[in-house]
Order: sequence, then structure tokens, then C-alpha cells
Amino acid sequence: MGRYVARRLLQMIPVFLGTTFLIFFMVYSLPGDPVLGLFGDKGADPATLAAKRHELGLDLPIWQQYWNYMTNIILHFDFGTQIRNGRPVTEVLGDAFPITMQLAALAFAFELTFGIGLGIIAGLKAGRLADNAVLIFTLLIMSIPVFVLGFIIKMVFAFQLGWIEPNVSTEQNWDELIAPAIVLGGLSLAYVARLTRTSMAENLRADYMRTAVAKGLPRRRVIGVHLMRNSMIPVVTFLGTDIGALMGGAVVTEGIFNIKGVGGVIYESITRREGSTLVGLVTILVIVYLVTSLLIDLLYAVLDPRIRYA
Amino acid sequence: MSTIDKTATVPAPRGGDHTGPLLEVRDLHVEFHTRDGVAKAVNGVNYSVNAGETLAVLGESGSGKSVTAQAIMGILDMPPGKIPQGEILFRGQDMLKMSNEERRKIRGRKIAMIFQDALSSLNPVLSVGYQLGEMFRVHQGLSKKDATARAIELMDRVKIPAAKARVSDYPHQFSGGMRQRIMIAMALALEPDLIIADEPTTALDVTVQAQVMDLLAELQQEFNMGLILITHDLGVVADVADKIAVMYAGRIVEQAPVHELYKRPAHPYTRGLLDSIPRLDQKGQELYAIKGLPPNLLKIPSGCAFNPRCPKATDLCHTEVPPLVPVTEQDGTELPGRKSACHFWKETIHG
Repeated sequence: MGRYVARRLLQMIPVFLGTTFLIFFMVYSLPGDPVLGLFGDKGADPATLAAKRHELGLDLPIWQQYWNYMTNIILHFDFGTQIRNGRPVTEVLGDAFPITMQLAALAFAFELTFGIGLGIIAGLKAGRLADNAVLIFTLLIMSIPVFVLGFIIKMVFAFQLGWIEPNVSTEQNWDELIAPAIVLGGLSLAYVARLTRTSMAENLRADYMRTAVAKGLPRRRVIGVHLMRNSMIPVVTFLGTDIGALMGGAVVTEGIFNIKGVGGVIYESITRREGSTLVGLVTILVIVYLVTSLLIDLLYAVLDPRIRYA
Repeated sequence: MSTIDKTATVPAPRGGDHTGPLLEVRDLHVEFHTRDGVAKAVNGVNYSVNAGETLAVLGESGSGKSVTAQAIMGILDMPPGKIPQGEILFRGQDMLKMSNEERRKIRGRKIAMIFQDALSSLNPVLSVGYQLGEMFRVHQGLSKKDATARAIELMDRVKIPAAKARVSDYPHQFSGGMRQRIMIAMALALEPDLIIADEPTTALDVTVQAQVMDLLAELQQEFNMGLILITHDLGVVADVADKIAVMYAGRIVEQAPVHELYKRPAHPYTRGLLDSIPRLDQKGQELYAIKGLPPNLLKIPSGCAFNPRCPKATDLCHTEVPPLVPVTEQDGTELPGRKSACHFWKETIHG
């Protein structure tokens, strides 16, 4: 177990280097020039541009830029500064992350409770009316693009019914985030419901379920302990990877509800060619993703004792 | 009523003032409603078991022996399963008329079941200690700690070495024989009056089979339990059973005390089964096999269900269903506990 964790942590190093380099290289090869962008439509004389580029280290070859960037991160925990306004990237991230985490937590709670709830109902009534209703509902959610769902919810609940504010204010309140969280968690909710349903319907027919009934256990114990423990294994795996995805921010959802989170910053950095901001963000997201997947793999062993780590 | 009358001395049943057999199945019918039609899995089965007695139910796959047991346990999948008629009397009370809650309280506490494949029948993600202790926690309200202590006792009882160290192990960490012992321990936990063992040794190798059967017989004697042993292994039956019921296509075709059945079968199907046991003195000869396949339960042959495979079938067998009738000696002396559902039982037993 300890060795397994150590190995997984070591594996993160090449993944970390690889992803950062890939992002760095991709941002570099984007058309457009962040320095030129600073001067707007008027432009500036080539000498000024060259001086600014030199100051930012943008005139160096790509591998050297990457090297400088990485040594700064590793040695000084310096993720660079934004070209536009000279703000440290860590500060930008510090502003964006809390709201994204809040939104992700809410969306996750939403998909967890309702996804599993619907899945259980459908799984226990497999082939019956409730099952078909859940099937149609999930199919509908899966087939609606996020931006359509987002706009529908905003239109109906904010503009027509006036139940919610159309935009999330800058000092975020939990209740303002409910609607965006539903939009964000909707798709995963459908997947979780489907996965739970299939897993439960399959395990219902297992031999050990028959044993549990033959032992004279009450139904809620048969379902709650014997069936759920087995059926949740694939669901937990999906939920784990989904945490990573939710933390990565949601460009579309955040855009619709005007949330200043990670998704928004990513979008902005791409349009402004803010390489260092983008790489810094992605680096942190990669770490979040790697850590959550490690935690999920470890949780997996708790849920299923047949799994051995070597 | 065509039940087996046991003449040997039977110890009085534990608890309750009910006299008579511990379990009595009367004219039980079970059918499965499938897309292709109604499969009649059990068609009028009668048998009874007394305390301390072992009834072996013998038959091929699909003969209805397991379905009967599941109907007794109340673990049939309904739907598609259905019990259109019949009674299952436990201590004189019809279990089919009881509420779900009443039946649940009998399951595990009064009647327990041992399944064939212990690996898939035990929950893979719960420790064996938890699964054993669950019996005490649910039925007797014991605390988790006490239940674990009882689970260790149980494991000791079924001779699992180092029970204390292994109580928190999971089913996949045990060998096949040990897993079956855990199944037995689970069935024995609350010292039930009746145990139904559904092919308990089929998945085990021969040496382990003998150990497990010995253990089962020993514990049965100790607790004076009734045992219904479902099997297709005639070798297993001979050692432990008191009486045998042979099933074919959902009906009992022959009933007899164990040794008489081996000596003189009164049904051509039983004879076929006995002849298909490999024997050392017939080494080198071709092994006898009953021709054909078990009948399709969606359309059971008219008359005697065995007629398409029977070497002695006549026109009568194609039209008339033979009733299960008492078998007598040639001079008319009764043979207690013997019955046969063959038109030509006389020729078969005395021929």
C-alpha cells in the first residue's frame, strides 16, 4: 500500500512535466502576440515591442522559456505574472479557485444525491415504469447541450419567474450558485443515475443477494448493505474522475451565469495569449486531477477488498 | 397423501408442541411465466422431513429439486415464479399463507439454506466475520462486538483453522472447502430446525466433499436438525441420507429408504441413474447412460414424463400419468416408505 502510493506519487512527476510542456508549447504556437495585444489597435514601434518581449523573456527559444518557467515554479513557487497587468498568477488563481470549488462542491452534491437516488429507484424497479421514466429523463439531459440547458434555466427561473438572480454577484452566496450547479452537474447526474441503475439491476440477480434473503435479513438491510456496497464500486470511480472535471471549471456555465471562476480565467487567458496564466492554471488542475484519481484508487480498495495493490 | 412415513425412531422435535413432521410439502406446484410460455418446474411434489432426519432429493438439472427448495425458503423470484397451488407446512403451519415478515423471521432462524457455489453466494465485499455476525445482529440484536465473538465460535465449530485470525478475511481469501464451511456455519448460526443444502458439495473436489458431508452430518446429529439434501450425486446420498426422493420433470417418481433404493429401484429412471454410476468391476466396459435429454419444462411429454427416454415405455405410458403409489412385496406385504410413479413398478422392482 505505502509502496503503491509512493509509486503513484512518483508517476505524477513525468505526467506533470509532460502536461505543462504540452500546454506551454500549444500556447506558444497559437497565432497572435500578447505583447502586440498590450498596445491595442494603435500599435507601437518595433523597438518598444522588442524591448518588452526581452523584458518578459519572450524572445528566448521555447525550450529555454519553458526551462525558466519550470525552475521558477519549482524553486520559488513562482507561477509567473500576467503580461497584461503584472499580477502574479498565484493571486489570479487565488481569486478564481474558491468560487469554482464552491460551484463544484454544490454541483457534486447535486449529482451525488439525485443521481444515486434516481439510479436506486430505477435499479430496484428495473424494466418497470419508474425505470423507463428515469431512462427518458437521463436521455433528455444527456442530449441537451449545456449552454441550451443553462439558457433555459436562466430564462425560466430568472427572467420569467424571477426566482433567482440572472447573474452571480461578485461576493458569491451559496444560494446564488444553486442554479449554475444544477446546470453544471446535470450531465454527470444522468451518467451517475444510469451507472447506478445498471450496477444495481445486475447485482440484484447475484447469488449473494439470494443468500442475504435466505439469511432472513430485512429488506432494507439486504438492499442497503449487501446490494449497495457492491453496486457503488463503479459509481465511485466515475464520481472520482468527475470531481477533477468539475474543479477544472466550466467555461460555458460560468460564462452564462457570469461567474468569475477558473473556467472564466482559462477562457480569458486563451483569448489574450496569457501563456503563463494558462500554464499555471492547467498545472494546478493537473495536480488536482492526479491527486483525486489517486484518492479514488485508494478508496476503491476500501470498497472492494479483492483489489490488491502491489 | 403421498408422503414418506418414517418408521425409525425419531427424536421429538425441539420446541413447540407440534407433533408430526417438521416440514411437510403438500401437492406443491411452481411455474415460471416466461415469454415462451409457462414452464412447469414443480408439478405436485409431496415430501416430509422429521427432526434429525435426512431427506435426499435426487434428480437431474431441471428436475425441480432446487425450485422446490427455493419455494420452501421463500426465495423464489416472484414474478416470474408463481405457486398456483400447494402447501408448505412448517410445524403444521402453512408458510405460503404467512406474511412476508413472518416468513422472514423463519428464514435463517428456523430454516436455513446452504448453497452450491460458496464463492458467489457469499458477499465478496464483506468480511466473513461480518456476514456470520449479521445473523446474530439481525435475529438476536447482538452488538457488533458480541456478534464477532459468536462468529469466531462458529468458525471454530466448523473447524476452520485459526478462526480468530481469519474472522476479518474476505471470502476470496479462503479455499473452496473453507468457504463451504463458512456457508455451513452461517446456516448453523441460529441452530435452525431444518437445513436445506442445495448441492453443497458439487463445486468441491472429492476429498473435500467427504469432509464437508461428514461435518454436515455431525452437526446435524448434534443439533438434531432436519436436513434436506439436494444433490445429483448418488455417492454422497448413500452415506448420509435416511430416505430418498427421486425427482423427474417436477414430480417425485420414486421414494424409498436409502438402502432399499440402491438394492431394488422401483422406477426405470432410478434404475438408469444407478446403472450410470461407474463401477470398478465393470472396468473397460462402456458406461451406461440414460438416453436423451431431460424434458423441456415448457412442454412436458404427455403421460409419464419419462416415457421418451424409458427403455420399457409402452402405449399406456404415453397416455396415462402414473400416480405415485405405494410399493409392496410380491406377496403383498407392505414396504414402508416406498412409493413409485411407474405403471410397471412391479416388473421393475421384482423383475
